[in-house]
Amino acid sequence: MMKFRRMKKSTRTSFFTYALVIVAFLVIQILRGTVGIGSLLEGQLIPICAYIVMAVSLNLVVGISGELSLGHAGFMSVGAFAGCSMANALQNVVAAEPVRLVIAILFGALMAALAGFLIGIPVLRLNGDYLAIVTLAFGEIIKTIVTNLYVGVDGNGLQASFVNDNTKLAEGGIALIKGPMGVSNAARISSFVAGFLLVMLTLIIVFNLVNSRAGRAIMATRDNRIAAESVGISVTKYKLMAFTVSAALAGAAGTLYGCSQITFAANKFDFNTSILILVFVVLGGLGNMWGSVIAAAALTILPEALRQFSDYRMLVYAIVLILVMLATNSPAIRSFFIRIFRREKDEDGPSRSMKKEAAK
Amino acid sequence: MKKLRILSLAMAAAMSVSLLAGCSNGTATTPEDDTTSTATGTAFKIGGTAPLTGDASIYGLAVQRGAQIAVDEINAEGGSIQFELKYEDDVNDPEKAVNAYNTLKDWGMQLSLGSVTTKPCESTSVYNFEDRIFALTPSASSTAVVEGKDNVYQMCFTDPNQGLASADYINSQGLGEKVFIIWKNDDVYSTGIKDTFMAEAEKLGLEVVGDATFATGNDQDFSVQLNQAKEAGADLLFLPMYYQPASLILAQADAMGYEPKFFGVDGMDGILTMEGFDASLAEGVMLLTPFNADATDDATVNFVTKYKELYGEVPNQFAADAYDCVYAYKLALETAGCTPDMTAEELCDKMIETFPTITFTGLTGDGDITWQTDGKVSKAPKGMVIQNGAYVGME
Repeated sequence: MMKFRRMKKSTRTSFFTYALVIVAFLVIQILRGTVGIGSLLEGQLIPICAYIVMAVSLNLVVGISGELSLGHAGFMSVGAFAGCSMANALQNVVAAEPVRLVIAILFGALMAALAGFLIGIPVLRLNGDYLAIVTLAFGEIIKTIVTNLYVGVDGNGLQASFVNDNTKLAEGGIALIKGPMGVSNAARISSFVAGFLLVMLTLIIVFNLVNSRAGRAIMATRDNRIAAESVGISVTKYKLMAFTVSAALAGAAGTLYGCSQITFAANKFDFNTSILILVFVVLGGLGNMWGSVIAAAALTILPEALRQFSDYRMLVYAIVLILVMLATNSPAIRSFFIRIFRREKDEDGPSRSMKKEAAK
Repeated sequence: MKKLRILSLAMAAAMSVSLLAGCSNGTATTPEDDTTSTATGTAFKIGGTAPLTGDASIYGLAVQRGAQIAVDEINAEGGSIQFELKYEDDVNDPEKAVNAYNTLKDWGMQLSLGSVTTKPCESTSVYNFEDRIFALTPSASSTAVVEGKDNVYQMCFTDPNQGLASADYINSQGLGEKVFIIWKNDDVYSTGIKDTFMAEAEKLGLEVVGDATFATGNDQDFSVQLNQAKEAGADLLFLPMYYQPASLILAQADAMGYEPKFFGVDGMDGILTMEGFDASLAEGVMLLTPFNADATDDATVNFVTKYKELYGEVPNQFAADAYDCVYAYKLALETAGCTPDMTAEELCDKMIETFPTITFTGLTGDGDITWQTDGKVSKAPKGMVIQNGAYVGME
């Protein structure tokens, strides 16, 4: 325990986050194996993992890099469509589903990273509001392009057409992306274990990036652009690094999500989804990764848990959201918690971290 | 540091509360439901997902209400078949639809009404297939909904069928010489109908002089599309779309003094009851729809009166389809001699046997309704024309 307390704060936070995710995973797996968790939660597990990865990756851009991105769902879309196309195209080539999923996720992440890199070059020269607007536009562009895209694969190779479906697939051909009809998956190859591993991988990547030399440079550009430039940090380079990594992770999340659905269309990844993920990040705390993990999980479950309110469900959801936002920002409640913490600290100082663990 | 600590505690609390809420929901409701189902034991549990809120809620609410009226009627009769109906909101999103479906499954749904809209139903129908819960969707019209699933049936026409029927109808009735299509290119429904319409028109020798598209977010101003149609010399505009954009097209065509004939499909249904729309603009619009609220047969009059009484508006075809679904279930359950204590899987097998053999007469379609073994319905569409603010059967 003493060793744990002597650790650097950043290391402690990252270990705590890993532990949080692993414990949650184990608890859920044990419950699934014994009493069951009900079909509703069962069906939500993989989307929750995908949203957690989305939130953590967006937190890298918004919290660490300090740029407001409103088009994060666009990268998810790129990853979902690219990754699922890959998975469906390989359905007769690679038999093992986990292998196919890994290939699909890598491909989805790669395509999203490419998109992020290309968008990032011009966009990251902008600041603040301008950047927000451009990322917003980017998300809409992706949506419009994918909605009009028809891609198929057959014996003659890949075929694509735009606006009208001109892909004349030969016998045995597979339609990968069907314009407004989106993707219809041949099989749902995502699994909860894969989702858990992706969340862990995401956290490891993000924490290692944040706590590295590059991460400190990224935060320096966030805190004071001019000062960072004056000490020789290339602002565009480091912002681009954060942006691209974030896009790649969003792409991986998109593939994970896409491969867990029977069907999805480009409309799913619209402005609202971008905002939803931003809400996860803001509620969880800017720059606070485990906050994002919890907020993403809680806010994905919440609307479904509120089904008993039937028509007033989304109203209640909004009210809960407002209350939580107010509660986490209210000085009165803050000082209340500070007092609790102080008392705890005074009573039994050394074991505070243990109590903190127990409180979770 | 301190800020972080407080936030952490609050979030942890929020999470544990929500997790607990989730858990207790999952575990607590199941036994409760078990007791209610054994206590009543006489009602079949029917569930369906529908967009009860959001953009597409007009369809979801219509279906929910139509089905509820049928269930209430059947339960009031007090026959051997009793129903318990539950609808869950899916906001027209496949992901949420799966959540809604799972909620219904936890509730103990025995027979499903599928989903109301196409994309969500494409998702839930796969779960219906895997879980062996029989589904009869009132209105999800894509072929992907029934394809490859032996226990998913439709009450509505499939999209391609509508395009086919429209082209045939326009051609055989000589309604137009030069057809122009305005369609929505990010909508499955619109794209599906347009594709088959084009193919069939080509086969029949019906001249399509052009087409123009629009998309979500770009559906307020149709002057460009209408000018294209005018320049192409079109005398009939085919509008495979829902009624909201159609209402704008009608208004804008009227404003620019362009007066072709308009031909719509079943999504056009609802235009007369739309708020803020001048129904006189829809005068002379033709559409193919399976249901006519102005029909004078007893069943329709009874349904329309009840619907108006309860909800203060004229029911559209979605409501009628849902009403028919419940009665079709009743007929099939009676024919197969099913009892409410049977499991979903047993009922599913019985329904798969029974549905292709029954002949059903309901509110929708011209005459008898039958099903093929692939789940598609076969019923004749009614050609309607709007006259004096009401649908009148086209001769």
